Amino acid sequence: MISYLANRTLMMVPTLFGVAVLIFFLLRVVPGDIVEVKLRGDGGTVSAETLEAERKRMGLDKPLPAQFADWMKGMATFDFGKSMWTDRPVTEEIAARIELSIEVAIMASIIAVLIAIPLGTLSALFRDTWIDYVIRLFTIAGLAVPSFWLGMLVILSLLSFFNWLPPITYTPIYVDPIANLSQLIWPAMAVGYRYAAVVARMVRSSIIEVMKEDYIRTARAKGVYERLVVSRHAMRNALLPAITVIGLEFAFLIGGLVVTEQVFNLNGIGKLFVQAVSRNDFTLIQTMVMLIATIFIAVNLIVDVLYAALDPRIRY
Amino acid sequence: MTTRHQHGASAEPLLSIEDLHVHFVTSRGVVRAVEGVSYQVHKGEIVAVVGESGCGKSVTSLTVMRLLAQPAGRVVGGRIMFEGRDLLTLGDEEMRAIRGRDIAMIFQEPMTSLNPVLSIGLQIMEPLTIHLGMSEAQARARAVELMGLVGITDPERRLDQFPHQLSGGMRQRVMIAIGLACNPKLIIADEPTTALDVTIQAQILELMKDLVRRLGIALVIITHNLGIVARYADRVNVMYAARTVEQGTADEVFLTPKHPYAIGLMRSVPRLDRPRGQRLETIEGLPPNLLKPPTGCRFAERCPYRIEICATEPPLAPVDGDHLSACHRARELPLAAAATSAAAVVPAVDLSAQPTLLEVEHLAKHFKVPARGLLGGDTRTVKAVNDVSFTIARGETLGLVGESGCGKTTIGRVVLRLDDPTAGEIRYDGQDLGRAAGGEMQKLRRQIQVIFQDPFSSLNPRMSVGEIIGEPLSVYRLEPDSRRVKERVGELLTQVGLFPYMAERYPHELSGGQRQRVGIARALALEPSFIVCDEPVSALDVSIQGQIINLLEDLQRRYGLTFLFIAHDLAVVRHISHRVAVMYLGRIMEVADRDTLYAAPQHPYTQALLDAAPVPDPLIERSRAPRALTGELPSPLNPPTGCVFHTRCPKAVEDCRHIVPELREVRPNQLAACIRL
Ligand SMILES: Nc1ncnc2c1ncn2[C@@H]1O[C@H](COP(=O)(O)OP(=O)(O)OP(=O)(O)O)[C@@H](O)[C@H]1O
Ligand code: SF4
Ligand code: SF4
Ligand SMILES: [Mg+2]
Repeated sequence: MISYLANRTLMMVPTLFGVAVLIFFLLRVVPGDIVEVKLRGDGGTVSAETLEAERKRMGLDKPLPAQFADWMKGMATFDFGKSMWTDRPVTEEIAARIELSIEVAIMASIIAVLIAIPLGTLSALFRDTWIDYVIRLFTIAGLAVPSFWLGMLVILSLLSFFNWLPPITYTPIYVDPIANLSQLIWPAMAVGYRYAAVVARMVRSSIIEVMKEDYIRTARAKGVYERLVVSRHAMRNALLPAITVIGLEFAFLIGGLVVTEQVFNLNGIGKLFVQAVSRNDFTLIQTMVMLIATIFIAVNLIVDVLYAALDPRIRY
Repeated sequence: MTTRHQHGASAEPLLSIEDLHVHFVTSRGVVRAVEGVSYQVHKGEIVAVVGESGCGKSVTSLTVMRLLAQPAGRVVGGRIMFEGRDLLTLGDEEMRAIRGRDIAMIFQEPMTSLNPVLSIGLQIMEPLTIHLGMSEAQARARAVELMGLVGITDPERRLDQFPHQLSGGMRQRVMIAIGLACNPKLIIADEPTTALDVTIQAQILELMKDLVRRLGIALVIITHNLGIVARYADRVNVMYAARTVEQGTADEVFLTPKHPYAIGLMRSVPRLDRPRGQRLETIEGLPPNLLKPPTGCRFAERCPYRIEICATEPPLAPVDGDHLSACHRARELPLAAAATSAAAVVPAVDLSAQPTLLEVEHLAKHFKVPARGLLGGDTRTVKAVNDVSFTIARGETLGLVGESGCGKTTIGRVVLRLDDPTAGEIRYDGQDLGRAAGGEMQKLRRQIQVIFQDPFSSLNPRMSVGEIIGEPLSVYRLEPDSRRVKERVGELLTQVGLFPYMAERYPHELSGGQRQRVGIARALALEPSFIVCDEPVSALDVSIQGQIINLLEDLQRRYGLTFLFIAHDLAVVRHISHRVAVMYLGRIMEVADRDTLYAAPQHPYTQALLDAAPVPDPLIERSRAPRALTGELPSPLNPPTGCVFHTRCPKAVEDCRHIVPELREVRPNQLAACIRL
């Protein structure tokens, strides 16, 4: 197990390197750079010399391979560089916002899993009855409704029915849980709905499959209570495929935060990302892409470990 | 031999199924899966249920357990009385309390019947805690005891293992332990050993018999193996097309069958205990479609004794005493019809003068399998075939028998050049098959064809029968124009006993036996001289098996074909082969001509295999001492040193662990690999 984890962690290096190459050169294929956006602003006039000087200061005048090498060297020593826009270290820029985003993501996942597993199970056990139809309607709606639209709907209804809006400034949960939750629960629900829908559908179909297995018949033939047949014999097997989906969707959720944070006006990494892109802040964009890629890979690893924990046939 | 239980007619049966009817509502219509099945089981008795695939054996027993597939399955008539109560009228909770407590069930597939993510211990302890209210510790102690009872070594450690860590035979033992857990009154075993090898099958059945006799449990064995029925059953129920057609004691049904279907069954099964050289008698035709069952006697279409009255339905009625038959002519049927077969004796061909066609010398085939190493690189070697030599003469059939994983199929694949040999030589008609390439190989490929085991998966479902058979003709450009191809396909279909119009059909529209005939027609298309038959009949029912075996023998005589016939069923191999080679763990243990090998086997493994296989005759079975081989088949990844058989050999001595025995002549024309001969 330890050697497996070490092995997988080592394997992250080439993957991340590939991502780095890709993002680095893609960014630079697009014309325009930060110096122009920053100094010219909206139509200001700045001399070519000033632009050149600024480029030099940021190291943008060096040939691309040299810039790439610099970036790599920095990353290897955990020096991710400074934001080209604010001149503050990117780690600081990200650290100031990541807490909020991670919290929304985790809350959304918890909500999703808490809703999805019982709903999916009920839907499977009462297959083709009205219970199943209602749940399927609910989940199909979750797939069809875009989360920003749902977000706007939530805000509008809070405003028109309770004449209340969630707080705008972020309070960490360990400072004031109530203030924190009253701000973040809404975006978490807005993204969690889709997440729940995807997972519930997966749980439903995998329970339906598992209930046809021979070992379920064996359990019934032993006189096991139907309740236990489902919770002990079917669930663990059915959750295996569901875990993969939960992990995948979690990674997508981080990407989905870009939109949700705009709608709820949250100052998280999603919003930071949009800003960074609109300003051509290469260092910041690169670092954030690397961060998201790392989360993606890490979640995958966690899924595999969980899988092994639940399925005795898989041992590393 | 344990005593066969007798009971007066007055004794109340433990289980009594009375005129049961079960239907399945499907998109294709109503499947009348069970229509008028009746049988009784008395306390402590072993009752067998036999019949062809799809005749409703499993559905009947699942109905007893009230475990029919829902919502499609529906009981539309009949009663199932168990200890004075009709199980069909019980509430769900009352029925649950009976399942696993009073009636236990053992299923056919040991590989899929245990929950893969729960420990063996938990699965055995479950009924104990649920039905008997035992505490965790008590249940654990009882589970250890049960595992000892079913012959699982080292039970304490096994309790914490998971199903995938156990072999098929072990898992079936676990299933039996689960079944026995609460000391039930009745165990229903649905094909409990069909998925297992002969020697393991014998171990499991002996174990079940001893246990039920000792504990006074009644046992229903559902099987299609008539040998098993003869060895173990007190009473026999024969089913045909969703009905019970005959019922009686084992002796009555085997020695004086009173239903033409039962008679046909007894005649068509290849037997280990009969001199050969005869054609198998077969029941021609196919069982009826249960979506649209015929009126009147359901066997009428295939029955040689049919008369006018057979258009009305025959009731299941006594012929004498407790011997029941559902046939209008039960009393007039020829006596002892089963015991003597009137089939024509086929003159034996003298093969000694024939030239050798295939010569295999010191053949080895090793597979590299990745070990569970992480940074890759690590592989282990499975020695699937090791130092195997044999020859086949033109026009001869060499039977290759052995348990699963012994390397039979690998030899077939190497001879077909689907796999390359690791070492050794294969010469076909004097040419080196191992090194042939290009045009030479093409020519050889045409001459060597194959018939596979599973007639369903070996035919492309999207191609019509005509396309499947015609394909090799066009690939090798034998028939340039498509009209000729069509004619040729028609001819081939006729040769294998099908009709030219069937060329339009698709594989799913054919029965298993018909599909196997299509596979044979495809193999014949290129007019080969050598055919590798890899378990060609093991997926088929007894009555269909006989038809295919006869067909293969006819074709051999007509076209002078040479067969390498691979199978695990000793009786089938005996019937079709001229010479037989017995394999164990990648090596040949013994080779001899058929009659010598079966009459006087020399190698301890051959002797054990023959001992383990039951013959369909209760009188013979009763006089045979049970001599089951102990132990499990070792893993080919890690085969025993010296003689590979030494871990299970009853004659093994210290030297057997170190010396690899040579295959040598121990008697004229009989080769065996054992140092003690
Ligand atoms: N769930 C189901 N839905 C529809 N038809 C079914 C279902 N289960 C069984 N059948 C049909 O019922 C009939 C009897 O099936 P059953 O499984 O009892 O046969 P069997 O005698 O046990 O055969 P085998 O020897 O192959 O196990 C078959 O025609 C089968 O196709
Ligand atoms: S009733 Fe007639 S057709 Fe049916 S088995 Fe008897 S003789 Fe044959
Ligand atoms: S060599 Fe030894 S172990 Fe092998 S079969 Fe002969 S007696 Fe048995
Ligand atoms: Mg069955």
